[in-house]
Amino acid sequence: MIAFAIIRLRGLLVVVMLSGIFSLHSAVILLSLDAVDVAFTEAAVGAGISTVLMLATLSLTGSKEREKPPHTVLPILVVVATGAALIYGTLDMPRFGDPEAPVHQHVAPRYIEESPREVGIPNMVTSVLASYRGYDTLGEVTVIFTAGIGVMLLLLGRKPKHNGEEGEEDSS
Amino acid sequence: MMHHIVLRVVAKLLIPCILVFALYVQFHGEYGPGGGFQAGVIFASAFILYGLIFGLEALRRVAPPEAIRILIALGVLLFAGVGFATLLLGGNFLDYNVLAGDPVAGQHLGILLIEVGVGTTVAAAMITIFVYFAGRGQR
Repeated sequence: MIAFAIIRLRGLLVVVMLSGIFSLHSAVILLSLDAVDVAFTEAAVGAGISTVLMLATLSLTGSKEREKPPHTVLPILVVVATGAALIYGTLDMPRFGDPEAPVHQHVAPRYIEESPREVGIPNMVTSVLASYRGYDTLGEVTVIFTAGIGVMLLLLGRKPKHNGEEGEEDSS
Repeated sequence: MMHHIVLRVVAKLLIPCILVFALYVQFHGEYGPGGGFQAGVIFASAFILYGLIFGLEALRRVAPPEAIRILIALGVLLFAGVGFATLLLGGNFLDYNVLAGDPVAGQHLGILLIEVGVGTTVAAAMITIFVYFAGRGQR
């Protein structure tokens, strides 16, 4: 329902607020699925930081959506086809919570049985993220790093140079 | 928002709590939910709140962009540095077992260090993104 409101509304400020609420709802859903770490991330990043960043973006771009062109048949077709393909894909997936599912048979038992001995910390999510999957986490941190550098470069590039302090930042 | 006395007082009360909670999430990530990523975001949100309430200039004084810029790189460097340290100590890349005497202590040390790296980079990157976005809006 929130998603429909987001699609239908024109005032972008309301849309940003609603997407924050949507993130918070997702966090609650994840929490009820016992994925506490993911829920935490969703609440902090999705509902917190990204809402603030979108509001900051709105203050740059203005908060009214432009009127759409009237013919929207092709986009609807593409969306419906993609959705149908995705739903068709889920038909092959194992039932929710199925203990025979491949995801529970592959490396998960090893993590659950061995990580208290090998890594020795109670939060298994952290031991998987930081130790077993250290490469992936390094990649993620590099992505964040790149995002920061990218925003810095993009928004520095067009700065006017009359202000003394900004000129100093430009030179570095 | 310089004249909203309620907002300013509440922000001043909240910001230390947010910072302490971020540090708790950072260093308690091994025992409860959380870790470097979430801690970095929460840490940055304290700074963003400060910037929203007291203005961008005040935020720039508290968190100078030059220092933050170095911190972004330092976090990744710490993470990768732990990896290379394990290489030099004779293990595989990011194989923390060799960092200390027994493997479990090595794992603890390695995870602690890389979580600090993750937190540093995430917090610094979030603050940077906010400062640059908000800074453009002012002109």
